[in-house]
Amino acid sequence: MTHLALMTQHLDQIFVLTSHWLLSYLPIALQPLCSAILSVAAIIIAFATLFALTTLLERKGLGRMQNRYGPNRVGPCGLFQPLADGVKSLTKEDIVPIRADRAVHFMAPVLLVAASFMGYAVLPIGRNMVMVDMNAGVLFFFAIGSLMELAVFMAGWSSRSKYSLLGAMRAIAQMISYEVPLVLASVVVLMQAGSLSTVAIVNMQATYSGIWPHWFVFTPWGFAGFALFMIAATAESNRSPFDLPEGESEIIAGYYTEYSGFKFALFFLGEYIGMFATSGMAITLFLGGWSAPFSFLTWIPSYFWFFAKLLTIISVFIWIRGTLPRLRMDQLMNLAWQFMLPMTLLNLLTTGIWHFMLPGFLRWIVCSTMVIVPCILLGSGLKYKKKFQIRTYHFSQ
Amino acid sequence: MSTATLAAASLNLEPANESGMDQLLEIAMGPQHPSTHGVFRMNVVLDGERVVRLKPVFGYLHRNHEKIAENETYLGSMPYTDRLDYMCPLTNNWAYALAVEKLAGIQVPERAEYLRVITGELTRLQNHTCLIGFLMQDMGASGTPLMYAFRQREIILDLFEALTGARMMCNYMRFGGCRVDLPAGWLDQAKKVVAGFPRFLDEYESLLVSNEILMDRTQDVGVLSKELAISAGISGPMARASGVDYDIRKVDHYSIYDRFAFRVPLGSHGDVYDRFMIRLLEMRESVNILQQAMRDIPEGPIVDPKTKIRGFRPKPGEAYGRIEGPKGELGFYLVSDGSPNPYRYRVRPPSLINLTILEDLCLGRNVADIVVILGSIDIVMGEVDR
Repeated sequence: MTHLALMTQHLDQIFVLTSHWLLSYLPIALQPLCSAILSVAAIIIAFATLFALTTLLERKGLGRMQNRYGPNRVGPCGLFQPLADGVKSLTKEDIVPIRADRAVHFMAPVLLVAASFMGYAVLPIGRNMVMVDMNAGVLFFFAIGSLMELAVFMAGWSSRSKYSLLGAMRAIAQMISYEVPLVLASVVVLMQAGSLSTVAIVNMQATYSGIWPHWFVFTPWGFAGFALFMIAATAESNRSPFDLPEGESEIIAGYYTEYSGFKFALFFLGEYIGMFATSGMAITLFLGGWSAPFSFLTWIPSYFWFFAKLLTIISVFIWIRGTLPRLRMDQLMNLAWQFMLPMTLLNLLTTGIWHFMLPGFLRWIVCSTMVIVPCILLGSGLKYKKKFQIRTYHFSQ
Repeated sequence: MSTATLAAASLNLEPANESGMDQLLEIAMGPQHPSTHGVFRMNVVLDGERVVRLKPVFGYLHRNHEKIAENETYLGSMPYTDRLDYMCPLTNNWAYALAVEKLAGIQVPERAEYLRVITGELTRLQNHTCLIGFLMQDMGASGTPLMYAFRQREIILDLFEALTGARMMCNYMRFGGCRVDLPAGWLDQAKKVVAGFPRFLDEYESLLVSNEILMDRTQDVGVLSKELAISAGISGPMARASGVDYDIRKVDHYSIYDRFAFRVPLGSHGDVYDRFMIRLLEMRESVNILQQAMRDIPEGPIVDPKTKIRGFRPKPGEAYGRIEGPKGELGFYLVSDGSPNPYRYRVRPPSLINLTILEDLCLGRNVADIVVILGSIDIVMGEVDR
């Protein structure tokens, strides 16, 4: 029995142990540097592979939703499609508009990809698998996240194209507006966990009562926070139905209209990596990070659970993209400031009340009511203001 | 002079003041743009994202259709009419055949009339499904409604292929009837397709009609008043969405539409949502007509053997034949001078006339709205530019 436990433990820690074993051959002075390089390489390889798989999954999934096959020509079942895409984007001509600001135009995709990868420094991918256990990890994550806005604006501005500029304007307005509810929705977790460290937040959720885990999403405020966080994250990563900055049918491709070849692919990569990072943060904050969903499943390695949760969230993103039309700019802003912001603020209050009430049935009722009733009231109030209706039509004879 | 001032000057915009002019941005949406439905261009002047001025530019697809037809025999331009509105070739054929039959006084046998109604209404079904798919695509629904629409359109195109030999360029009608009779088993297949259509419509409606984002994007957007619709000569589903009770099938009693019981849905708001809903309701009525026509279709010749189809010389005179096409009133005006060619040949394309009010609908709206409004007008550039 102990033998089995030891084996699962080793399987869980296989990457950490391998890294330690490799580093042990190096002089002590070089070890911190090499450790960092090793982690960075691992993260880049893992998430770039995930990006490749996700593009395939997205195209296949959308294809199935839309009653078509999706890519199925390259390799078995189209499995090598991402490789073909990579080769294609590398061999394409790199066009820079003649009046573009060449330096900024070049730097924008690089900065976007760099910024989107930096967030992973604080994401715990598995037990003991985090690059930097920073005591202000969540803060660092959001600070880095706002670098992406800079990259987007650089791209839009330096292209000297009207569509790029319109796209950049939309992107800046959208990303800044949704950063407010995004951060406020995650503050509830910080209040409850009492720490900004991502590792501490996950450790707090990785305990069980009976078979049930203590994930924050299984509380009224946590659930509301998770829902709000995910809506804001969708907008933050420019996914449908909030894909206005690159709304294809309106402004061609938004801020990266004037990019081609590998720079275009870098934008694509940056967007997906950013999406994974925000989803990873949602998992860390609300869905228990790398912890297993039931206590009897803890023998499965922790990193498996992290990626399983990540893929689930990505699938939901794809599903939404296949279903919903796009919002308009003013509707997007109204949603952010009239619905998301009041709800996140109210959620803060609910969390405070939850914290100071005694554990038991009563606090569940009080806090659930505090979340659900205003949500319904606010939602139907806003809907009433817009005078939506499913109309009835009459016929002439 | 700044670019904005130049842009405004080129559009004869009165500058309110110098500082105000610098706020404007001119964008040429099209001719290469993902959602202008072909090679159409809109010179848009924007204040932020708000439309201050919009100038449609047509003509990128002009192919001199009308002049070519004047140098061609009457029958010779029949295949050309397929290319006008390439989404619905059969109704184009029909309108042209109707005009020539009026001009030359040709009678159409009963069975041919039924065939025309059946193919015409099938055309309406596939045009409307596609239009709604395109509209949703313009709205950013990333393909799903469009692919659903195309799945259904494909079934109807298969029927066209079996009947006429071509999926899109059908060239099926002839003066005094149709080119070929139904192949064996076609009618049963068509009955099956039509019987399955309401199920598709139910599915489509459950996906779209009560979608909140769709309602938000379309209700009270691009409102066309009844007065403007009438004075601008708007026709078809677009006019009916504004509450104009005008359906040429009911007004003209052409062909055999009198024999079928069907209703004409009318909108009351005249916005994009109404235009979208009217088309959905019209499809249900078309299914009704189709079911009645396929039940009642008689045996008999599809064209009177004594009718001269080619090389005839109509007496000098003029004729205007029009039908209720899927997009609106589709008319052909012909003047004969007694020769085998028409002296004057003119098309009244519904797409072009409906497009003329684009600026009125778009002023003060967003860039995102322009695309949706344009999509709801239902244009095909082959017909606008001819």
